[in-house]
Amino acid sequence: MPRPVRRSLKVTANLAGVVAFLLCAFPVYWMVNSSFLPRNRIRNPDPTWLPLGGTLDNYRTVFEGDQFLNALKISLMVTVLTIVVALAFAFVAAVAVSRFRFRGMKSFVVALLVIQMIPVEGLFISQYKMLEGVNLLNTVVGLSIVYVAAVLPFTVWTLRGFVSGVPYELEEAAMMDGCSRVQAFFRVTFPLLAPGLVATGVFGFIQAWNEFTLALVVMTREDRRTLPLWLSTFTDVNRGTDWGGIMAGSTLIAIPVVVFFLVVQGRMVAGLTTGAVKG
Amino acid sequence: MSETAPRPRRTALPYLLVLPAVLALGFALGYPLVRQVLLSFQDYGLAQQFGRPPEWIGLDNYRELVTDEYLWRVTLRSLVFCLVNAVATLVLGVGLALLMRHMSKPVRIAVQSALLLAWAMPVVASLTVWQWLFDTQYGIVNWSLTRIGMDYEGHSWLLQPLSFFFVATVIVVWMSVPFVAFTVYAALTQVPEDLVEAAEIDGAGPVERLRHIVLPSIRDVLLVVALLQVIWDLRVFTQIYVLQQAGGSTHDTNLLGTYIYRLGIGGGKFGMASAVAIFMLVLTVILTGPYVRAMLKKEED
Repeated sequence: MPRPVRRSLKVTANLAGVVAFLLCAFPVYWMVNSSFLPRNRIRNPDPTWLPLGGTLDNYRTVFEGDQFLNALKISLMVTVLTIVVALAFAFVAAVAVSRFRFRGMKSFVVALLVIQMIPVEGLFISQYKMLEGVNLLNTVVGLSIVYVAAVLPFTVWTLRGFVSGVPYELEEAAMMDGCSRVQAFFRVTFPLLAPGLVATGVFGFIQAWNEFTLALVVMTREDRRTLPLWLSTFTDVNRGTDWGGIMAGSTLIAIPVVVFFLVVQGRMVAGLTTGAVKG
Repeated sequence: MSETAPRPRRTALPYLLVLPAVLALGFALGYPLVRQVLLSFQDYGLAQQFGRPPEWIGLDNYRELVTDEYLWRVTLRSLVFCLVNAVATLVLGVGLALLMRHMSKPVRIAVQSALLLAWAMPVVASLTVWQWLFDTQYGIVNWSLTRIGMDYEGHSWLLQPLSFFFVATVIVVWMSVPFVAFTVYAALTQVPEDLVEAAEIDGAGPVERLRHIVLPSIRDVLLVVALLQVIWDLRVFTQIYVLQQAGGSTHDTNLLGTYIYRLGIGGGKFGMASAVAIFMLVLTVILTGPYVRAMLKKEED
C-alpha cells in the first residue's frame, strides 16, 4: 500500500526542492549577474539573464570612489579590534567557568544567557548617550566597545563548550610529569583549543562585519561609515539608483562572509540553537 | 554538563579571569541600561542635549506613551509583523526540513547548498538585492508579473504600507528560513527510524506518522526555534529602516525599533525614546522568560 504514496511523496518533495533551490539561490545569482552588467543592459525593459560579454566597470566604479575604500578601512579596523578584544576577554572567562568552581559562577553564566536576549534596539539610545558622554561617538574604539559587548556573551558561551571539551585529566597528567598548572594548560589544553578559537573568531568577524544597527547609531558622520552603512546609502530615492554599482558593492561585501560562513557553519549550528545570534 | 576539575582551594584567579568580560559588559550594557531607566523618568529633549539640565518628571513619559495612540499602533503593528513572519518562517522551514528527507540526494544537496548561501548573505547585501528585484522600473518581479499578464509595469512596492510590509516579510523570511530548516532537519535525523517503520507496518499513513511520532520527538527543538524566531522577528530593525530610507512612509511603517531610533536619535527626544525602549525590553522579557528558564533547566542537568 505505501508504494504509490511513497512515489508521489518523493515527486512532491523533489518538486518543492527545485522551487526552494531557485528561491534561495536566484537572488544571490542575480546579485552577481547584475554586478557584471553595463548600465544600458541594467536599464533595459528586458532583463539580461547571463552576464555574457559582461564588464568589470561596476567594480571599477566602486573602487574608484574613495568612499568604499574608506568604509572598508573602518570596517576592517572595527572588526579586527572587536575580535581581538572579544576573543581575549571571552577566552579567559571561558577558562574560569569551565576549569574553576567559584561563588557567583552560576550567576555569571545565567547573566550571559539573559544578556543574549536583550535586543540592541532596546538599548541603543542610552549606548549612544554613553558614548557621547565619553567622546567616543564616530570613533572606531566607540563602535568596537559596543560590538565587544554584543558578541561577548555568545563567544564566552561557545568557548566554554570548547574548553570543557578538553578533558582535565590531560592537564593532570602533564602536571604529574612536572608541569605547573599554567604550563600544563598552555602546553596541553591550549593547542587543542585552536580550532575552537578560530571558529569563534570567524563567527565574531561575521557578526561585526555585517552589523548595521549599532553602526548606524554610533557612526553618524559620513566619513566614518562602515561597509554596511555605505552600502545602504547607495540606494537613494533622490538619485537614480546605480544598481550595477550596488550589486558590485554587495558582492564584494558578501564574498568574505560567505566564504567564512561556509568554513565554520558546521561547528556553529549547534551553538546557534543555544545562543541567540542573528544580524 | 559534568564539569571536572573541581579546585577546592579558594583562589582569586577565576575572579580575575572573568573580570575583563564583566567590566566590558558592565560598561557597554549595564551602565547604559541603568542610565536608560533614569532617562525614561526625565524630560530629556533637544534643549537638554544642548546643555540644559534634565528635569525629573517621574512617570510622565510613560503616562504620555500609554495614552499615545501611535505607540499602540506601532506595538500592534510590530506584534502582527512578528507573528506573520515567525509563522511564515516556521511553516516554510519545518515543511522544507520534512520534505528534505524525501528528496533524492542530488536535489537535497542542491537545496542545502542554496539554503546555506542565503543564510550566509550579509543582511545589507540581501536587502539591496531584494530591492533591486522589486525595483519599480527595471525589477525582475515587476517584469515577470507583467509578462504573465498582470498590470505591474512601473509598480512601486514600497509606497503602500501593506505592500511595503509584504516586501519586508519576503526579505526577513528569506533570510530566516535556512536556520529553521537546518536546525529542524538536524533534529529529524535523530528520530529513531525503526519507530517510524513500525508505525508504517501498523498501517499509519504519512500524516499520522508525522503527527504521532515525528513531530512529538522533535518537540523541544521546535519550541526553541519558534521562540527564537518570535524574539528575532519582534526586533526587526535593519530591513524596515533601509526600506524606509528607500521610499516607504516612515509614519505608516514604523515598528518598535525604528520608532525608538527616530524618536531618540532622529528627533532628539531621548527621554521618550528611553521609555519606549524600556517598554520594548519588558515585552522581550515576557516573551523570552520561558526560553531562558528552559535553557537554565538544561544547564542544570
